[in-house]
Amino acid sequence: MDALTEAFRLIITLDPDLFEILGLSIRVSLIALAIATVIGLPLGTYLAINKFPGRRVLITLLNALMGMPPVVVGLMVYLMLSRSGPLGGLGLLYTPTAMIIAQVVLITPIIAALSNQVIENLYQEYRDTFYSLGITGSKAVIAYLVDARYSLTTCILAGFGRAIAEVGAVIIVGGNIDHLTRVMTTAIALETSKGNLTLALGLGTVLLTLAILVNGAVTAVREFAKRRQYA
Amino acid sequence: MARSPRYGNLPNDANMLNPLLPIRFHDLRLKRRHRRVLDNLNLLIKDPGITVIMGPNGAGKSLTLRCLHGLIKPDRGSIALGALSVADSQRQQAMVFQHPVLLRRNVMQNLAFAKPEADHRELIDALTAVNLDDRAEQPARLLSGGEQQRLALARALLNQPKLLLLDEATASLDPASVLLIESLIRKQSQAGTKVILISHDQGQARRLADDVVFICRGQVVEHRPADAFFSHPESREAQAYLAGDIIV
Amino acid sequence: MKLAVVLVSTLAATQALADTIVVQSTTSTKNSGLYDYLLPVLKQDTGLTVNVVAVGTGQAIKNAMRCDGDVLLVHAKASEERFVAEGYGSMRWDLMYNDFVIVGPEQDPAKLRQASTALDALTRIATSGAKFASRADDSGTHKKERALWASAGIDPELGSGQWYMETGSGMGATLNTGIGLGAYVMTDRATWIKFGNKQDTTLLFDGDPALFNQYGVIPVSQKKCPTVNAQGARVFTEWLLSDRGQAAIAAYQVAGKPLFFPNAD
Repeated sequence: MDALTEAFRLIITLDPDLFEILGLSIRVSLIALAIATVIGLPLGTYLAINKFPGRRVLITLLNALMGMPPVVVGLMVYLMLSRSGPLGGLGLLYTPTAMIIAQVVLITPIIAALSNQVIENLYQEYRDTFYSLGITGSKAVIAYLVDARYSLTTCILAGFGRAIAEVGAVIIVGGNIDHLTRVMTTAIALETSKGNLTLALGLGTVLLTLAILVNGAVTAVREFAKRRQYA
Repeated sequence: MARSPRYGNLPNDANMLNPLLPIRFHDLRLKRRHRRVLDNLNLLIKDPGITVIMGPNGAGKSLTLRCLHGLIKPDRGSIALGALSVADSQRQQAMVFQHPVLLRRNVMQNLAFAKPEADHRELIDALTAVNLDDRAEQPARLLSGGEQQRLALARALLNQPKLLLLDEATASLDPASVLLIESLIRKQSQAGTKVILISHDQGQARRLADDVVFICRGQVVEHRPADAFFSHPESREAQAYLAGDIIV
Repeated sequence: MKLAVVLVSTLAATQALADTIVVQSTTSTKNSGLYDYLLPVLKQDTGLTVNVVAVGTGQAIKNAMRCDGDVLLVHAKASEERFVAEGYGSMRWDLMYNDFVIVGPEQDPAKLRQASTALDALTRIATSGAKFASRADDSGTHKKERALWASAGIDPELGSGQWYMETGSGMGATLNTGIGLGAYVMTDRATWIKFGNKQDTTLLFDGDPALFNQYGVIPVSQKKCPTVNAQGARVFTEWLLSDRGQAAIAAYQVAGKPLFFPNAD
């Protein structure tokens, strides 16, 4: 209850720190999502439509990577971006870009694996008909993507949900630096470690509200699609 | 039945020009899970009109049709359509499946997908031909089963195929839809398209067939004009099938 | 298109600025709010932007050894001196101190209120069967705690999981765990004063000189880490050690109590 009041207070008073942190959370996760989609969607689609040796292994690998603990991802990205690491010269550690990279690594397998399942199902359904109609190549690929648009939206939002709710990776590569790399989840972790549980839970409530809004939008889109048998 | 006069009315010159005839299956062989599902199948279809393939479940009817359409590559044997191979003739073929697969789009978009260069008029005409012109803007997958199959047929015919294949296309439809689709098939045949369809429905076969191919255990057991087949089936298998006995 | 613009601007914003440094720091200085108070003053005086990464002392030192910081500000003198001796730090200065305290449940089952020394307090905990929550994360606080157990002649590892709870977490998380378990916890005073989730846990033992907690500051060596912002690190360190910086540390109070006591030479 206190947490709800706290969340309400933070929003009503337009708390500048809250909106800075929330803004960075959304910005980092949206950019990560855009990049992960650009990589994951074609990858998942390619694996669904093309048969080649090792394809099953790759899909299994993607599914396994989906469950990778964020801390492990964070550690890997940290070691890459560390000034004494292979990409240290870029000076990206403890920046929002580092957090974006970590989230991209984290959610690309999710988007690839989920979209792979969606496209694969559609491929099984459409394949013979497309062949019969002489629809091949890029024309077929575009048709799969267009017809799976509602299901793919769900896949992509699953990626967004994971990205914005994740703390283990971004706290390692971002460093939770105030006004630079502090996002909702790392702020919650910090306030919890300071024993400010009400504030932590208040921030959690704000994050939850965001999640509810996003998921509500997804459900609305899905219901629309289902009513028209487009899902 | 009304079959014979229709055969006589065919515009002969048009059929003589069908480049996909005759259709010749030579020693077609296909294995699935260590079982020979097509076992040296040989078949020659010379004449235009409507050929109905009959036979018990698992006899290899669908596989034969799928080989003809290029959906399956047989392990051995060959198929020739006139002077053409399956691959070279594929663009002149069309196929309608038992369960129509429609895109997650509206009726019009489903048609346009099969022929992007078609103008609005052409698409509307195609819909009118299958009595769906008032459904143009509806989500295709909300149509009734009969309407969906009519749309699938309209889509298949959009590119004026020389050969139309139907795999139990009316099996799960109500009688009114069946008759409507049959009349469309007949019209198409009269316009010069060779039609090969699989059916379990003896009534439908009698109404439509010019000749009947009876397939059992991956082989053609009998291939005769429809009249002869239905009045005096020669093979023991066809006799049993028409009498309603189960053939294994 | 818009996304691309945002992306590019994000990438551009990450170019290391000459007047920005990264400080690898212990959690206590951050959680106590000291940086929130000091850094704006520092910025006004020097124009330097300081990005603080707060982790346990052990991890802070390891991060700095990988060149992922320009300055190290921690509290484990022996480890700090080794860091300098191995060439990772150019020099170490005493910066400030406070002390460790032992907190525990109000009922005080191990009777810590009657303890005379820190060693006595730990012995009472070990023999009473009361629980003790340890950082167990190689932090400065943890190193200090292990040293105290050793001088009391007790090996708490033998009771690990029974009465000796090794959280492997930061100070705040360990306090939260300890409070949940009704356990005793050793913490630095600054973190405890600022801590917001005390419930029925209270300060039960302090004042023994053995609980002295010295913080040191070390600029990371440019010889080991050529990419280091040596100029910024020097400005930061000199300011902290100056009269002005020392006065600012002394001036930071929570609830009327100072949390850190400057003691630069």
